[in-house]
Amino acid sequence: MKHVFKVKLTITLLIGMALTLSVGQVCFAQPETMVAPPDTSGPPAPQPPTNLRVEDEPNDFGHGLKIRWNLSADDGAGLNNVVAYELLRSDKAEGPFTQRAVIPKGISEYSDKDETRPTEEAPNPNFMDENSTWYYQMVAIGDQQVRSNPTPIVSGTTRPNWILLNKIPILIVVIIFTIFLLVFISSAKKGKSLYIRPLAGINAVDDAIGRATEMGKPILYILGLGTAGDIATIAGFTILARVAKRTAEYQTKVIVPVQDPVVLVVAQETVRTAYLEAGRPDQYNPDNVFFVTSMQFPYVAAVNGIMLRERPATNFYMGVFYAESLILAETGNVAGSIQIAGTDQISQLPFFVAATDYTLIGEELYAASAYLSQEPVQMGTLKAQDYTKAIAMAIIVLGIIAITAGWPFIRDLVTINL
Amino acid sequence: MKRELPILIVGITGTIMFFQYFFAPAFQHAFQWFLPKGTYMDFFATSQDWVIVIGILALPLGIWSLLKANVNKLKVPGERFYSAVLLGGFLAMLISGIAGGRASLSAGSVFMTIFNTVLIPIQATIFSLLAFFIASAAYRAFRARSVLATILLLTAFIVMFRFMPLGPISTINLSAVSWILSVPNMAAKRAIYMGIALGATATAIKIILGIERTYMGRD
Repeated sequence: MKHVFKVKLTITLLIGMALTLSVGQVCFAQPETMVAPPDTSGPPAPQPPTNLRVEDEPNDFGHGLKIRWNLSADDGAGLNNVVAYELLRSDKAEGPFTQRAVIPKGISEYSDKDETRPTEEAPNPNFMDENSTWYYQMVAIGDQQVRSNPTPIVSGTTRPNWILLNKIPILIVVIIFTIFLLVFISSAKKGKSLYIRPLAGINAVDDAIGRATEMGKPILYILGLGTAGDIATIAGFTILARVAKRTAEYQTKVIVPVQDPVVLVVAQETVRTAYLEAGRPDQYNPDNVFFVTSMQFPYVAAVNGIMLRERPATNFYMGVFYAESLILAETGNVAGSIQIAGTDQISQLPFFVAATDYTLIGEELYAASAYLSQEPVQMGTLKAQDYTKAIAMAIIVLGIIAITAGWPFIRDLVTINL
Repeated sequence: MKRELPILIVGITGTIMFFQYFFAPAFQHAFQWFLPKGTYMDFFATSQDWVIVIGILALPLGIWSLLKANVNKLKVPGERFYSAVLLGGFLAMLISGIAGGRASLSAGSVFMTIFNTVLIPIQATIFSLLAFFIASAAYRAFRARSVLATILLLTAFIVMFRFMPLGPISTINLSAVSWILSVPNMAAKRAIYMGIALGATATAIKIILGIERTYMGRD
């Protein structure tokens, strides 16, 4: 028993000594660099990248360069200790070179660009002017920020590209579309009948105006928050012209509150001309087409007030709408108005679909002009749109087949990189 | 000539802006020839600035329209109160802004105090109405009166449960919601985008060619 106790005591003492020594080593160890030889102190440096080369950045205004390199032998192979690459740049061949970018491992190209032209107030030494020459070096960064030897110095000069080649496929599509447009307009002018599917929202316009006339209540026409340069607002003017002409014939009041001064001028001219064409210029009241405010929610407050005071029989929402769409449409619903909306703002379409009686979705708003006028020239544009859409669908199907079958040539042909 | 000249200006300007999209650097070089040596102006940015300048020039027309309409409404008994409030507010902001000069835009000025303590809360109030209107519109839209409305209702519930803090229920249907948003929803959105793009292009071509002239006040 006594022998066993001695053995246990010896083992305990030995373990205790070992622990004490190891803890002492951890706590009081000298810095590694003090004891280790310099050549083997840190982790080994990675191999530098190779074949560093600089090319002009394609499809730009001459403010960028494309830098490419071959990965370090230790990037994903060899010692596999590359963490990143450091790109160094100077405007002189002799330097000094400063850090321009740190690029993660595994990547072998970088676009160096700076288009911000310096001013007296905001100098920008990094600005890359046209035809300026820049010098580059690169190092690989390994574990513990150990850097490789730098690559040889290479240089490149920025050159402006006069044609943006990456946009040429879009130009081709637009040219094809324009050809379709001119062909269908020409055939429509010759008397060829073109079928277009009916749109419930457009068909309801006349009924809604008739309802207002029967009820003796006004029509409220809202052009949204867009500017006169927005396509949706321009489409809104087209429909306004038709609505105003019909209201002039029926002697129904149309109220157009607008939020943009330029839109105001165009809307006033549109309504005035519509009354003139209807043979009732005396009925036109410029005070019914008026500016409210350019601010979003004050505009909403004003229009909601008009809805609740005037109780219009019909509300038209045609143009660009944002968060106010549902507030306006729900107030119109409370006021008991028939509501027809049209916008190209996809995020607002669900609100209009939920809260109004008829909604013109996206391109239907643009097409309203052709539907309402039934003019051959306008109808021809719709047919051209349909044929271009058919081509777009064919390209999509081709792209799906190319990617599925692994045909890179066709895939690249139908891919547009902007 | 009164009609032809604006159409000509629109046609030429539209054509220039169309081609500058594809040949922007070439246009930029050509634009530089007209500028004094040593100066630089961006062609596209400058053309956008012109739009802003035209908008500013039209602002007095808007203010005149607002004042004229509301002064006239002062004679209408039912409208009198609202027009008086509007004209009073307009004058208060105008006087405090002009009297304060440049300092009126600094914090603590009368102009900024009215702006921050009256206008901003009123705007926030109007915006907050949206929460209630979303509920009322959703109630009408989600009534299961047809097969399509029922599908909409069920889909909405699946998506809503994802964003509600309901513990495991919220996480179970993560993949279902992800699929709904990235497949059928995205497909529909892209189809609409494509239609919008072509429709906008068609309208732009019609305007450039002078086929669409309603925005000038006639067909």
